[in-house]
Amino acid sequence: MEFAPRLMPVQVDEGGGAALLRTITGMGLTVHTGTGTQEIVTGEDGAVSAMKLSDGSELATDLVVFSAGVRPRDQLARDHGLTVGERGGITVDEQCRTSDPDVYAIGECAQAVDGRVYGLVAPGYEMAQTAAAAMAADREARFTGADLSTKLKLLGVDVASFGDAHGTAEGCLNVVYSDSRSGTYKKLVMGAGGELLGGVLVGDAEAYGLLRPLTGTVPPLPPEQLVLPAGAGAPVALGPESLPASAVICSCHNVTKDAIQACATLPEVKKCTKAGTGCGSCVKVIGQLLPHSGDKGLCDCFGQTRQELYEIVRVLRITSFRALLDGHGREAARGGEGCEVCKPAVGSIIASLAPTIGAEGHVLDGEQAALQDTNDHFLANLQKNGSYSVVPRIPGGEITPEKLIVIGEVARDFGLYTKITGGQRIDLFGARVEQLPMIWTRLVDAGFESGHAYGKALRTVKSCVGQTWCRYGVQDSVRMAIDLELRYRGLRAPHKLKSAVSGCARECAEAQSKDFGVIATASGWNLYVGGNGGATPRHADLLAQDLDDAELVRLIDRFLMFYIRTADRLERTAAWLERIDGGLDHVRDVVVHDSLGICAELEALMADHVTHYRDEWAATLDDPERSRASCPS
Amino acid sequence: MTTATRAARVQLRLNDDWFEICERARLTPGRGIAALLPDGRQAALFLDREGRAYAIDNRDPFTGAAVLSRGLLGSRGGRPFVASPLLKQRFDLETGRCLDDDEVAVTVHPVRIA
Repeated sequence: MEFAPRLMPVQVDEGGGAALLRTITGMGLTVHTGTGTQEIVTGEDGAVSAMKLSDGSELATDLVVFSAGVRPRDQLARDHGLTVGERGGITVDEQCRTSDPDVYAIGECAQAVDGRVYGLVAPGYEMAQTAAAAMAADREARFTGADLSTKLKLLGVDVASFGDAHGTAEGCLNVVYSDSRSGTYKKLVMGAGGELLGGVLVGDAEAYGLLRPLTGTVPPLPPEQLVLPAGAGAPVALGPESLPASAVICSCHNVTKDAIQACATLPEVKKCTKAGTGCGSCVKVIGQLLPHSGDKGLCDCFGQTRQELYEIVRVLRITSFRALLDGHGREAARGGEGCEVCKPAVGSIIASLAPTIGAEGHVLDGEQAALQDTNDHFLANLQKNGSYSVVPRIPGGEITPEKLIVIGEVARDFGLYTKITGGQRIDLFGARVEQLPMIWTRLVDAGFESGHAYGKALRTVKSCVGQTWCRYGVQDSVRMAIDLELRYRGLRAPHKLKSAVSGCARECAEAQSKDFGVIATASGWNLYVGGNGGATPRHADLLAQDLDDAELVRLIDRFLMFYIRTADRLERTAAWLERIDGGLDHVRDVVVHDSLGICAELEALMADHVTHYRDEWAATLDDPERSRASCPS
Repeated sequence: MTTATRAARVQLRLNDDWFEICERARLTPGRGIAALLPDGRQAALFLDREGRAYAIDNRDPFTGAAVLSRGLLGSRGGRPFVASPLLKQRFDLETGRCLDDDEVAVTVHPVRIA
């Protein structure tokens, strides 16, 4: 039931409305246009039985769904005596001031000077800017009306309109393509000078992202080629590169093409310009505008990505950085030293694959010592004054009083500052390089090992206290956290890995902010992946539900090894999951449904890691060469 | 000065004299070590994969910490550099110039293996 003479009267013209009506009727719906509802008739039981329509007819029905559209909510203004429009909406002037000059109104509660109430986000932002400018005594700011360009779907049918969609400008001409077989209708409104003024797209709104920014300019192609379907006489597809630099790509945030091209990546565009964060319809075009750098190389030394280098190292069993650089590096870099980007990245790849490719298992053995960042080289974390901090592993955050006392004694004897970390362990700060072996000796003798706080490796598996103590706990989260931490300790990855296990849905361990997080259910465990805290927090996605212990471990094995294999350098799981083609669904296909047939291999890689794990502190203390490599005097 | 049977040593030029630091074998190609000089300053010594030695002041001018010896050695266009382990600025090992900030440089010490 539509009161107006056609569907979506604001967005589309008569031709577009007809195309839309035909498509929707074809879906089996009956549409009454130009008709109002006079009365809703109820039966004796009080239930709806029919609607009486304005044309006198009656329609039998047992359910009525109202779609009321945007109506200004202006009661607050009415209660306080502000002027409101005849059909609602707080009346504002060009500065967005109400009838009381000290009160401003913006957005869909306000009626702008052109008499319209704007229910879209872009005009709302524009009004907000105008009001803010007016408050800051900027007399130039004006809001006189806004672009009502929209792209939406009605029952799955694309509908878009932009600019002067109804051709109200004087002397304008229409270029129309209509194919009622496919339900496609496209109209461009052209000005007398050949400039694009607006348009309507129904059934196929693919071109919206390109046409809207061209509004107001003379398009680079004749208008008929802009509306014809691909292959039907349209010789070239119009790419976003043909847009002028000043073309507005994101109309929600009024961001131009040149502002977008000042950025290198989509996340950067979103952060710096907000483009693509409103309705999102411009994201595809933004992607086409960003540099498709032909060179995806890791650094000036390697033309390959980290993932490609991983495959080269794995398949060719390359165990030395020099061999990789001299055999596979860029021509100019061969025979050189490498750089601070590729050395640690390759060191990490070799460490991840060490047991499988037959490389030295210790990060300070042989040439590997020269590849490690200072933190990995000294097996401790460099602080701003050149001293180091030491973090012993406390799996799952569970610790005995005896071990707590040892940490206290070590800190006291070496004069270290102590702090409880967010990962449920204790950081000892202020150690000088030459003190590190003595500190490790004391800790290792007491049964501690390296916590890998310095490595791009598993950090900690945090846990809540779980079912043993907590009245809400449904599983033993501490035991599972300890099991997972001991299984994945020392695993070198493209970036650090954090994890947590919560014993019930209350989620006290904050597992959903971790690279892999586990939450207990009454019948097992739910596995979440790709969570992150920090500067760009991301809630983890649910990968699988109600797993038993063995299923959980097997899935995490596969997930971590797939991540290590395919992620970029310094790419956390959250960014990786956002970046890779197919996202979470693809990762689920690969690690849960084994769509690539690699799960057995991923599990074998992890089994190798688990078998060959050795504490790096103890192994360094046991070997004078390593100690010397780590701590040269 | 040197005898034929002695292991090769790294020497650094200070006030027209060659000051002996350590045996060359103490240095790992691609990494550095720190040396305390008689006047209380520190030098960072490096060995590249061809066995050439370099020495610059150990103090990172951006942070004031004596850490450059713990940075990673690299090369670009055939020129060796070290990247500070703290904030990653790179310093040319032959000129001492910072590759990421034209206005910053560190002292370079002549060095030889004898």
